[in-house]
Amino acid sequence: MSTNIVELTELPASRPLTLRLHDWVTTVDHKRLGLLYILFATVFLIVGGVEATIMRLQLIRPLNTLVSPQTFNRMFTMHGTTMIFFVAMPMVFGFANYLVPLMIGARDMAFPRLNAFSFWMTALGGMFLYFSFLGGDGLYGAGSAPDVGWFAYAPLTAKTFSVGHSTDFWTLSLLVSGIGSVGTAINIIATILCMRCPGMTLGKMPLLAWLNLTMGGLVVLAVSPLTAAQLMLLVDRYLGGHFFDAQAGGSAVIWMHFFWVFGHPEVYVLAIPAFAIASEIIPVFSRKAIFGYPVMVLATIAIGFISMSVWAHHMFTVGMTSGANTFFVLSTMAIAVPTGIKIFNWLATMWGGKIRFAAPMMFCVAFLFQFLVAGLTGVTLAVAPFDWQLGNSYYVVAHFHYVIVGAILFAIFAGFYYWFPKVTGKMYNEALAKLQFWLFLIGFHLTFDFMHIPGLLGMPRRIYTYEPGRGWDLWNAIITIGVFFQASGVLLLVANLAISYFRGKAAGSDPWDAWTLEWSTSSPPPAYNFAVTPVVRSRRPLWDIKHPEDPDWRYE
Amino acid sequence: MYCLIGAEAAIFTIFVVAYLFYVGKSVSGPQPKDVLHAPVFFTACLMASSFTIHAALRRLVANNMAEFARLWVLTIVLGAAFLYGTAREWVQLIFHDGLTVSTNLFGTTYYSLVGLHAFHVTMGLLALISVALCYFTDRLRPEHSERLEILSMYWHFVDAVWVVVFTVVYVIGV
Amino acid sequence: MCLLFSAIVPRKVEAVSMSPTNIFAPASTPADSVFGLSIFVILTCAAIFVAVSVLLTYAAVKFRVRRSDDRAEPAQIYGSNQVELAWTVIPALIVVALFLASARVIASVQDAPRPATALEVVVIGHQYWWEYRYPKLDIVTANELHVPVSDPAHPTPTFLTLLSADTDHSFWVPRLAGKTDLIPNHPNSMWIDPHETGLFLGQCAQYCGTQHAKMLLRVYVQTREEFERWVRKQQQLPTAAVSAGQHVFESTACVNCHAVSGTPAKGVFGPDLTHLMSRDTIASGAAPNTHEKLRLWIQNPDALKPGSKMPAMGLSDRDLDAVTAYLETLR
Repeated sequence: MSTNIVELTELPASRPLTLRLHDWVTTVDHKRLGLLYILFATVFLIVGGVEATIMRLQLIRPLNTLVSPQTFNRMFTMHGTTMIFFVAMPMVFGFANYLVPLMIGARDMAFPRLNAFSFWMTALGGMFLYFSFLGGDGLYGAGSAPDVGWFAYAPLTAKTFSVGHSTDFWTLSLLVSGIGSVGTAINIIATILCMRCPGMTLGKMPLLAWLNLTMGGLVVLAVSPLTAAQLMLLVDRYLGGHFFDAQAGGSAVIWMHFFWVFGHPEVYVLAIPAFAIASEIIPVFSRKAIFGYPVMVLATIAIGFISMSVWAHHMFTVGMTSGANTFFVLSTMAIAVPTGIKIFNWLATMWGGKIRFAAPMMFCVAFLFQFLVAGLTGVTLAVAPFDWQLGNSYYVVAHFHYVIVGAILFAIFAGFYYWFPKVTGKMYNEALAKLQFWLFLIGFHLTFDFMHIPGLLGMPRRIYTYEPGRGWDLWNAIITIGVFFQASGVLLLVANLAISYFRGKAAGSDPWDAWTLEWSTSSPPPAYNFAVTPVVRSRRPLWDIKHPEDPDWRYE
Repeated sequence: MYCLIGAEAAIFTIFVVAYLFYVGKSVSGPQPKDVLHAPVFFTACLMASSFTIHAALRRLVANNMAEFARLWVLTIVLGAAFLYGTAREWVQLIFHDGLTVSTNLFGTTYYSLVGLHAFHVTMGLLALISVALCYFTDRLRPEHSERLEILSMYWHFVDAVWVVVFTVVYVIGV
Repeated sequence: MCLLFSAIVPRKVEAVSMSPTNIFAPASTPADSVFGLSIFVILTCAAIFVAVSVLLTYAAVKFRVRRSDDRAEPAQIYGSNQVELAWTVIPALIVVALFLASARVIASVQDAPRPATALEVVVIGHQYWWEYRYPKLDIVTANELHVPVSDPAHPTPTFLTLLSADTDHSFWVPRLAGKTDLIPNHPNSMWIDPHETGLFLGQCAQYCGTQHAKMLLRVYVQTREEFERWVRKQQQLPTAAVSAGQHVFESTACVNCHAVSGTPAKGVFGPDLTHLMSRDTIASGAAPNTHEKLRLWIQNPDALKPGSKMPAMGLSDRDLDAVTAYLETLR
């Protein structure tokens, strides 16, 4: 494989803005689509953050009257729906889109036009959901943004209880973006299975590729049940169907089953790509190969499979039989074993290394601690009787934010800093990044550590206010204060990356001395990725080039 | 296409689960055993269409364009016959037996499941017809057989789903 | 995290003073069983947390690159089957232990037999209030549940059948039991056997609509004598003479939703008001049952509970005073 880096030929910057925008809107290049996904997700991250801030300000003290209950209920519905479907999923798809072809030595994804179509479906879904603020007023003047919670339990979503069109905005926007999600997943799977460069057997591809392959499989199997359930909801609401109509013998519980058959694998769809980012960064910054590659692959696949069998741990309080409850305790706890294995493997990768604490690694170490805590609070919730107390309380809210913010978002931020030089050709400001890290870390812990306590003290979720004298006041105040640290952290991140894009130092093709194929291209990579298709002999092709006396393929 | 089939299989599974869950639970209205008559002939048409599409593709690969076209059109006809059969059954159910999607749980789940399947058959037929149009405007060549293989996988999937739906609706549920 | 947990698991007196809905202050067998299991789980998870955090911190500190370090790469270790086996088997064993402990408590709480001395209450969840029916005692009331205390030597538990009239709700009084949902067309059942008298608080724990937050729970656990006195009072019919207020009540839309035993008012959409004045709060705990609040509630429910299902009746001031006075006779 040639070590010559092919220089990028820039188009002259004097092309009119309209033409450049048109290029972006009609692009089918996986790198541009990846960036579009990430930019889209970042905008909605800020929107979702504003929604959270409004909620936290309302809850800063008991019996507060900052917003009406109707507004608050819309806030938590929109916050949850936005963050899952229009922030976390697009982030994850964006990273996969940008990195997978580069890391497997391919020129683009398998189906570039499907790729573009999928992105625009997701974008359309997001706009449609937010249009509800303007257009949700149906008959009776009721409606506006949906207010049924992000999991939209029946029969609250029936026409009787959800008057107007707000619920339909929820349903249709997710149906549309769900089509986009399945399209992207199909693309990822086909690309990884069919387009690896010569020498890259499945056992030699980067862990990021394995984990995104698993994620793709989960999306294909798990998003469809949500689509089916939403079609049923539409039949109920508009064709007079009775799927979830208690009066006709229908069942509210079956909505829960269908939703959570989607909902649980969905969190792994979000978490597994975050693991992928950590699995690429931790080795490079520890200067060691990932410990136990085959076990990491097997553990991931095990997590994927088991995740499809745990869904009813969201329903322990619903009144299933003791046998059913017991089964789901077992399956949920079983998933802790491969997850723990991964944490230990990351730890073992760091062990005996020479760890450099640049921003990406700092976020990854925080990820490790926080994911450990998140996993352990998950184990406490898996104990069904304990869940009878903790379920639907702020303890659960703390747990899942620990996973999604503490683990997934921290890993994504690590990924931002790690690949920013590759994507833009510029280095970000390291001092500012470290400041941002500490701000966000403090904010995260202020909010989500203390959030466990009101849950343990009996505070349920989704309440727009609470009684004084329940012992919840102080904790809620602390939680709200943390929000401002997190907000400043996010804004600082965006500012750092934006400013560095224009004024950062040139980064070169391989600023981190890393080992996977994307670091062999220029920064940013040319449109065609590789002038010559790479041929690889091991999992770390650049290590082999940099260490010809001791290449990896001797040991694999 | 395998991935797409996987995703679609998951959607159908949920509708089948809902159907089975609600069997016997309708509190009023027509019940399955009163109004359902297994559409054996039209099922046979659909099953036969899997054979004809497969045979058509073998002819295409062997460059026997005329036979390919005959078998391809036959596939379309058989698929259309199946849809006609479904339509006829629905007219009977709606106007004669008074069963609609809003009548009771059976109506809701039946029309949703069979309707979802019929929708997929329709989409398949549209694709098959557009291929036929390509043939009749001299745009089709044996090199296209790989793409048509993928389309035929979809068609086989639709048939396989019908086997499951038929069993659940007309055998188990009655 | 450890410190936080140990701050929350003090003795019961401190636990209750920290919060009247503290799950670590159980006062009834289901809550006790959950409490015992939860301590076991928390300690196990805390131990795992400490062990792994120590290792992580140690690794992050000891294996930092130093300024004095050369640029040579450290030894590349690709894996170790023994180590992988170890940290697969040990967690698996911990999982088995936790699972068995959970299974035991699940069975003991969910499959507990119902003794003949049990009190039966049917709880029906409505959008934003709780209906309580005592079928064997012929009592219908709302929002404040009265049950007798249960002596552990001779238990007299209360078994609740949980139904819903509209959307999903959840009955959660943390000190008495874990929560169980109320789902339309899906009857559930739970039980409590409070060991101490007193007032136990909780609230609806499944989002049910606009005023989910103010669907509060108040459970009064009384001695046997007090409870029987309360039952007898609830079984009596109102005795006050017909008043102008009663006339207004019965001729306006009040009777569409509310019932008062022994009168033509037989509405079931809203709470039964027969013994309204025996309750400490109105609007399912949203306001104390005082003259001002009661009058305000009838005049403009949205002032106390915006989005509740009770409409503002648009009564004139005179009618409003009369109805309030009438309701205040319903003891």
